[in-house]
Amino acid sequence: MYLYNLTLQQPTGIICAINGSFSGGKSQEIVVARGKVLDLLRPDDNGRIQTVLSVEIFGAIRSLAQFRLTGAQKDYIVVGSDSGRIVILDYNKEKNVFDKIHQETFGKSGCRRIVPGQYLAIDPKGRAVMIGACEKQKLVYVLNRDTAARLTISSPLEAHKSHTLVYFICGVDCGFENPIFAAIELDYSEADLDSTGLAASEAQKHLTFYELDLGLNHVSRKWSEQVDNGANLLVTVPGGGDGPSGVLVCAENFVIYKNQGHQEVRAVIPRRADLPIERGVLIVSAAMHKLKSMFFFLLQTEYGDIFKVTLEHDGDRVSELKIKYFDTIPVTASMCVLKSGFLFAASEFGNHALYQFKAIGDDDDVEVSSATLEETRDGFKPVYFRPRRLKNLVRIDQVESLMPIMDMKVSNLFEEETPQIFTLCGRGPRSSLRILRTGLAVSEMAVSRLPGIPSAVWTVKKNVIDEFDAYIVVSFTNATLVLSIGETVEEVSDSGFLDTTPSLAVSLIGDDSLMQVHPNGIRHIREDGRINEWRTPGKRTIAKVGYNRLQVVIALSGGELIYFEVDVTGQLMEVEKHEMSGDVACLDIAPVPEGRQRSRFLAVGSYDKTIRILSLDPDDCMQALSVQSVSSAPESLLFLEVQASVGGEDGADHPASLFLNAGLQNGVLFRTVVDMVTGQLSDSRSRFLGLRAPKLFPIIVRGKRAMLCLSSRPWLGYIHQGHFLLTPLSYETLEYAASFSSDQCVEGVVAVAGEALRIFTIERLGETFNETVIPLRYTPRKFVLQPKRKLLVIVESDQGALTAEEREAARKECFETAQAGGNGTGSDPMENGGEDEDKDDALSDEHYGYPKTESDKWVSCIRVLDPRTGNTTCLLELQENEAAFSICTVNFHDKEYGTLLAVGTAKGLQFLPKRTLIAGYIHIYRFVEDGRSLELLHKTQVEGVPLALCQFQGRLLAGIGPVLRLYDLGKRRLLRKCENKLFPNTIVSIHAYRDRIYVSDMQESFHYCKYRRDENQLYIFADDCVPRWLTASYHIDFDTMAGADKFGNVYFVRLPQDVSDEIEEDPTGGRIKWEQGKLNGAPNKVEEIVQFHVGDLITSLQKASLIPGGGECIVYGTAMGSIGALHAFTSRDDVDFFSHLEMHLRQDHPPLCGRDHMAYRSAYFPVKDVIDGDLCEQYPTLPMDLQRKIADELDRTPGEILKKLEEVRNKII
Amino acid sequence: MQASDRFNINSQLEHLQAKYVGTGHADMNRFEWAVNIQRDSYASYIGHYPLLSYFAVAENESIGRERYTFMQKMLLPCGLPPEREED
Repeated sequence: MYLYNLTLQQPTGIICAINGSFSGGKSQEIVVARGKVLDLLRPDDNGRIQTVLSVEIFGAIRSLAQFRLTGAQKDYIVVGSDSGRIVILDYNKEKNVFDKIHQETFGKSGCRRIVPGQYLAIDPKGRAVMIGACEKQKLVYVLNRDTAARLTISSPLEAHKSHTLVYFICGVDCGFENPIFAAIELDYSEADLDSTGLAASEAQKHLTFYELDLGLNHVSRKWSEQVDNGANLLVTVPGGGDGPSGVLVCAENFVIYKNQGHQEVRAVIPRRADLPIERGVLIVSAAMHKLKSMFFFLLQTEYGDIFKVTLEHDGDRVSELKIKYFDTIPVTASMCVLKSGFLFAASEFGNHALYQFKAIGDDDDVEVSSATLEETRDGFKPVYFRPRRLKNLVRIDQVESLMPIMDMKVSNLFEEETPQIFTLCGRGPRSSLRILRTGLAVSEMAVSRLPGIPSAVWTVKKNVIDEFDAYIVVSFTNATLVLSIGETVEEVSDSGFLDTTPSLAVSLIGDDSLMQVHPNGIRHIREDGRINEWRTPGKRTIAKVGYNRLQVVIALSGGELIYFEVDVTGQLMEVEKHEMSGDVACLDIAPVPEGRQRSRFLAVGSYDKTIRILSLDPDDCMQALSVQSVSSAPESLLFLEVQASVGGEDGADHPASLFLNAGLQNGVLFRTVVDMVTGQLSDSRSRFLGLRAPKLFPIIVRGKRAMLCLSSRPWLGYIHQGHFLLTPLSYETLEYAASFSSDQCVEGVVAVAGEALRIFTIERLGETFNETVIPLRYTPRKFVLQPKRKLLVIVESDQGALTAEEREAARKECFETAQAGGNGTGSDPMENGGEDEDKDDALSDEHYGYPKTESDKWVSCIRVLDPRTGNTTCLLELQENEAAFSICTVNFHDKEYGTLLAVGTAKGLQFLPKRTLIAGYIHIYRFVEDGRSLELLHKTQVEGVPLALCQFQGRLLAGIGPVLRLYDLGKRRLLRKCENKLFPNTIVSIHAYRDRIYVSDMQESFHYCKYRRDENQLYIFADDCVPRWLTASYHIDFDTMAGADKFGNVYFVRLPQDVSDEIEEDPTGGRIKWEQGKLNGAPNKVEEIVQFHVGDLITSLQKASLIPGGGECIVYGTAMGSIGALHAFTSRDDVDFFSHLEMHLRQDHPPLCGRDHMAYRSAYFPVKDVIDGDLCEQYPTLPMDLQRKIADELDRTPGEILKKLEEVRNKII
Repeated sequence: MQASDRFNINSQLEHLQAKYVGTGHADMNRFEWAVNIQRDSYASYIGHYPLLSYFAVAENESIGRERYTFMQKMLLPCGLPPEREED
């Protein structure tokens, strides 16, 4: 079995973000690392974040930094990754790519303890960069310019110190003196040797300054001083005339200003009033903002509160450090303050946001200062505050993030054309159920009812130079309705259009006149109101029409074509007639090329399943240039011209090309390249779009021509980042459409469906999925679908949080004490049930997080949810410190109750210092009210956490720690039937098929078991020889399981066929029973058949087909919020082709950040039988000559390769 | 094998031990070995962000706090060292 791995949704979480001007000049951009993907984002004029560039780098990005050479206009990007190399990138605006300027190797690849890459620090003047590891190694590279003003990098200078842990490094701003880097270090050498523990307790963190002597080209330890033992983060303080220089040391509970030869200035970080006393306050992200006259810091704590830190200083003496409460936003991984007055907050979990500064915290608020620091016997006296609603920031945009996907299931619950992906995302109060559908999101602007059922719609401008459309023209079976577009859309009668007849086409013709084609003729309305009417000869009617701005071709019933052109006076003149052999099914004329009089190509589709290209040139007018036969009669034709472009918004260079698209009656879209000179057709591709023949319409997307295909659902064909994408829209079936442009809606679509006229815009281009979000209360753990009742049952649980009643009490108390005028919606028991109500609440949990409490306190609930309406129909909050972890539906033997719900819970669970619990339980619930509600039947106490539950032959299988046990339903409790205690660690999931049971162990991969009914015993007959820390598993077939481990690998294991047969053909069962295992394991071993390093922790796996009629593939969801698929190849040829393509790409197009592709995909185990589609899909982004070179070596053309890539993608999604 | 060679190999080993933290030696005890493994593991958790976020979800802490905890644990990952045998 060979698989093709394709990422469908790139990771949506963010590891770190930096901001700067990467394209040069005044632009403000953000570069974010999403694990294995590097993105360049830019807020547009409306304050919406746009992704400009996204590159998969096949490695793990760990740190990012930006620097600017003195006097330069643009920032460079430094990437610290797991490649053992430092990489400096430059964003190339013209080609829209990251150019690798430098790549210097310094160590082994992989995330290792002493190989640098974890930390990056930049000299604020851009003269040097330091790259550091968790321990020992730090390297300094000097950055400079050569005579041609190119960036140069020196060989590395070592600043190592062995037996020393490094917590953070940063640059120190000391103007143009020698660059200095600061590091928080901890020496462990003595603690490792001292058995009394004295040295360990006295181990002291130090703040060390490393000076790079530019003259001697040498790094030395300049200064080292003790620093608070809770120190974890450093922030550069401006220096060299702008400020006092030095660093802010963020420690647990404190912010300390330190500099060489300066007294430390310390202030406490204010605490939330409800924070337990034993918990510290840690700063997790920081941003510095420097204006001409002043600077300040924004520091965010682990609870989400942002503090503004300012320094009172006189020259380089700091007299006071002030910390003031600023605002509270969800906890971030990185914050970026943009010069344009925005704050980009890259959330660690959940959606990212862009905020605008309303104020910079100059109002009164809780403030502490180093001057008022009070030391008591128990340490420094804390200062308290209460979070309040946003005062200084206002959120203007959100970027969706699925991180972390906790569980995922694919099912067509809504009976739509394609299945929906149900994902449980997020954590704590920000968790949600997100329903993903393939396709672009559509936002509806207007829907209005029309008098009757319309058949077609057009929009027209009055003049070529007009920016917006003037009329919407709607045709009915016997009339035409004209609506004028202004402030409002209203019916008009003075437009000159004939309204007593249906229309076949309405368009602008020439520069400023309008044309209406109706069955009996062509009406040409001149700009001054004169009307010329051309009538059809005899009683023949016009059947079809094709037109562009200067040419019109009509097809009369019977198959005669008549060709008109606009002459110099603006008159529509008949030029040529041509008799076709039969009726014409459809027509289209290519758009007039820039600077030409006419287009050369007319496409005619006939009912004899052919498409002909005819010439419109005067010398060979109506001569057939080429013929293409197709699988079914064409219904609609559209020429789509791709203009030559170099760079620009969508990326790489494109030579101009012309495509002919045809919607066939069997629902297939047929797409072929038209030779711009000869009119020959080549390189045809087809794709099934839906059950109805696709109708094709030209529309405008991002200022470029795109295609809207209306089949049983609408599709959009457009160019995004250099790829032609054909994506479904998440919208209902439409009949007819046209592009629409007005004051309020610059790029929209007007369409008719049923009796309604709809106007909508298409959003977030380039995305594969659009999502519907339903908020949840606690971190979701697992869920089950009930396909018949169309309901979901979700278990949610959170550690270290107060129960709903306690939260309620605390909230009331808070309102009473603070006397805040908040709109107390707090009494609503179904909080998080609707998004709107809690949004502006002063203390909405979604925004501020749940109050923290001791880590052995749990809150948990079981929720029955109707995904169609988003309503929770039943919510059971578990009592007495119980938390739910597993769920399954089960039908027991005696059908007394029908389907029951089993939920595994633990009471008083604690992880540290050792996993302990008071008791575990299995709850059995009955569905009542048609499944919309739950009723507890009974609960059974067990000795461990039941992490896995599964129905098996009318009984319930439970994995309780290392025990696999079979239960039957009793009146008061579950009854033990049999068990097997031989599992090595902890059972995390169970799958059953026939009499086999596939058990996943937390650390020891899969165990295959068999249940012998006659003996009532469970035997382990096979296991894996590799210890795998499973996070997800899925049953593929009788002998095969798919699994994913904690380190980012996905793999398949299969029981060898002969072993499987032997086990099945063992009538007495004696063999399994008496066979001895090897090395304490099972007698048989499964074989690994597929192995691949995804580079992200997979949390769920499922076999599903994402397109109607498509083959099944394995879909996976990851902790970083990405979704991918593994598709099995069906032919050996494809395997050969793609493995060769992958090989060439590996050689000719090594990954951007210096990690070897093969080594990355084999990071833990050698990759086996998986082809990396993400690498193959980078082929179109290569320069043309490289594409050609690779294609030559594969004995194909670049077009064929692109077609292959498109084909395999279309098989998956 | 000549005496000089043996000396050479030893010095090579010492060089390796100095350069690569965690390179073992003949007299390495169980504790030293475990400490090394633990420190390597923590460094790996910190370096692999998806794994770090997985831990953060499990313990319901922020990722920043989780990273800090792991760094702190690198000081004494296996508790106090055993007493040295004086021989």
